[in-house]
Amino acid sequence: MSMQLEQSPTTGDEVITNYTINFGPQHPAAHGVLRMVMELDGEIIERIDPHVGLLHRGTEKLIEHKTYLQALPYFDRLDYCSPLAMEYSYVLAVEKLLNVEVPLRGQYLRVLFAELTRICNHMLNIGSHVMDVGAMTPNLLLFEIREDCLNFFERASGARMHAAWYRPGGVARDVPEKLLVDLGNWIDERLFPLFEDAMSLVVDNRIFKQRNVDIAVVSREDALAWGFSGPMIRAAGIPWDLRKSQPYDVYDRMDFEIPVGTNSDCYDRMMVRVEEVRQSARIMRQCLAEMPGGPVISTDRKVAPPRRGEMKSSMEALIHHFKLYTEGFHVPAGEVYVATESPKGEFGVYLVSDGSNKPYRCKIRPTAFSHLQAMDFMSKGHMLPDATAILGAIDVVFGECDR
Amino acid sequence: MTVLHSAPRFVAEDGLVDRITAALGAQLVAAREEYGETVLDVQRDGIVAALTTLRDAFAYQQLMEIAGADYPARAERFEVVYMLLSVTRNHRVIVKVRAAEDTPVPSVTGIWPNAGWLEREVFDMYGVIFAGNTDLRRILTDYGFEGHPFRKDFPLTGYVELRYSEEDKRVVYEPVKLAQDLRTFDFMSPWEGTDYVLPGDEKAATPPAPVAPAPVPAAKAEVPKTTDKPADTAAGDKASAEAAKPARVRKSKAVEASAPTEARPARKPRAKKAAGEGGQGPAPEGS
Repeated sequence: MSMQLEQSPTTGDEVITNYTINFGPQHPAAHGVLRMVMELDGEIIERIDPHVGLLHRGTEKLIEHKTYLQALPYFDRLDYCSPLAMEYSYVLAVEKLLNVEVPLRGQYLRVLFAELTRICNHMLNIGSHVMDVGAMTPNLLLFEIREDCLNFFERASGARMHAAWYRPGGVARDVPEKLLVDLGNWIDERLFPLFEDAMSLVVDNRIFKQRNVDIAVVSREDALAWGFSGPMIRAAGIPWDLRKSQPYDVYDRMDFEIPVGTNSDCYDRMMVRVEEVRQSARIMRQCLAEMPGGPVISTDRKVAPPRRGEMKSSMEALIHHFKLYTEGFHVPAGEVYVATESPKGEFGVYLVSDGSNKPYRCKIRPTAFSHLQAMDFMSKGHMLPDATAILGAIDVVFGECDR
Repeated sequence: MTVLHSAPRFVAEDGLVDRITAALGAQLVAAREEYGETVLDVQRDGIVAALTTLRDAFAYQQLMEIAGADYPARAERFEVVYMLLSVTRNHRVIVKVRAAEDTPVPSVTGIWPNAGWLEREVFDMYGVIFAGNTDLRRILTDYGFEGHPFRKDFPLTGYVELRYSEEDKRVVYEPVKLAQDLRTFDFMSPWEGTDYVLPGDEKAATPPAPVAPAPVPAAKAEVPKTTDKPADTAAGDKASAEAAKPARVRKSKAVEASAPTEARPARKPRAKKAAGEGGQGPAPEGS
């Protein structure tokens, strides 16, 4: 951190000791490349000016130059801690414009893996949050779970992180039956023992509570006005979850509860995530129990490619395959805004189509943008070390924030 | 249209658009519902009043997003799109205004404080000015960046690229140099979608002038074709004249060692082996 004493803007005898420091852009507690210009009075934060955009790659512009299918893998690279949740909004937006029906097994698989992604994401966030405020051990246990999650992604899609597994119309390929069995066993035998073990070290820990309780309290009105979503708005006591209120795929068949906070501080945000992990496991169990058979991707050959075997014998299938992977499908002109409940909050895609095979405009609504903007008023009057706790409880990933 | 897709489901109450139309009055330009989205086009100057009405009278408490979009063909080329969400009535609405480069859009930071960064982003990417936003700095691009990258006339590669200069010991900007041309594919079917002339099609536009039938070289055809000497190439007079020349014979030159490619110190002469060690053959391979 570079430090620079500022001349007092007021005249007089007293020397004002306010000074400005750079928090980041290379700071382990900044969760990425965040630069925060902080004005401190001693150790009290007076003002924070977060500088974002250090990871800006122009994803939205790149997407405008790709076909709808080629644009999909860019979404993995937004929030690289929950890649499938990013793809989810995009494929739903494309499906909404195309009005294409997704087979039931495809919907179940997407919900199943979206919840696995949520667990995977929360493992990283809870772990790094507790590490930011001083606890080392839980992070090691939680990364064990995360490693398991990544292995499941690999078994389903072939890639540990950048899965690119969801497709407009369903998912890219079916999962082996053994994977579903293993997932069910894993929840009982690995997830809960490790997770509850790790949480028992944290949730009632005196030091952890001292660092988080009553830090960055946000009222309900502020949470609404600042565009909060996800665990941030639920911690403020507003039971708002898009999976419940605007259900997509088969979330309306799932039986789960929405945890809400009572005090709207960093501790509540963390605890909301802890409970969400348990609820996600509950949804996963239901998905596994109810998992229907059948195709996993739309049988509309104008949207989804035919099976490989079909191509060997059918001229029609071969033509469809060729057209889909060269020209791609055309999406009817129009505009939609589709938002899903990503682990970090409302992740939205505003998709404008001009009827061609490439998006005319694809605006990505990152969750972190609104939350990070509130960093200034949330941190005001808190101590410098609280900034890391606040940042950890926001759950910010810069791949998504900066796009 | 029956809804087949499984995107997030929220349903507007009946007559919502009519009530919004009545409430907004002259501020509203057009309202429509398509793909299940409620889209309102609003006068630019009336945006603050319209959004305040939507927030207070129609309970759209949250501003989730402000998106920019560029339509270069229009007189007012930019669109600023506001995504509103009502958590009590569980409904979303899209509000749009149009703007040009020199027509500022009133800022809505007074209604929702989080509009600050969202407007900064639209300004950064498209150059739309927001009147009343007190902190209209760039947000995503680099410090000192020039231009507005998401405009349709801004090239995908940009104009400058960065590298670390070893001489200057700092990062320097240079005009962008592509090792390979940026590939842009034309995906449109030549039967359906092209708005340009395919190569060769321009001939169809101007009907070819009727040409007189070429005289048939009948006399030549009767002579049987033979090859008597190498000069009869039948590939034209020029080629035959060339073939008639005597074959060139390369003069042999004394072969010399080529110059060394780099300066290399002369190798030290190998030390003579001591008499006692000598007498053995070369070491076996692999030792």
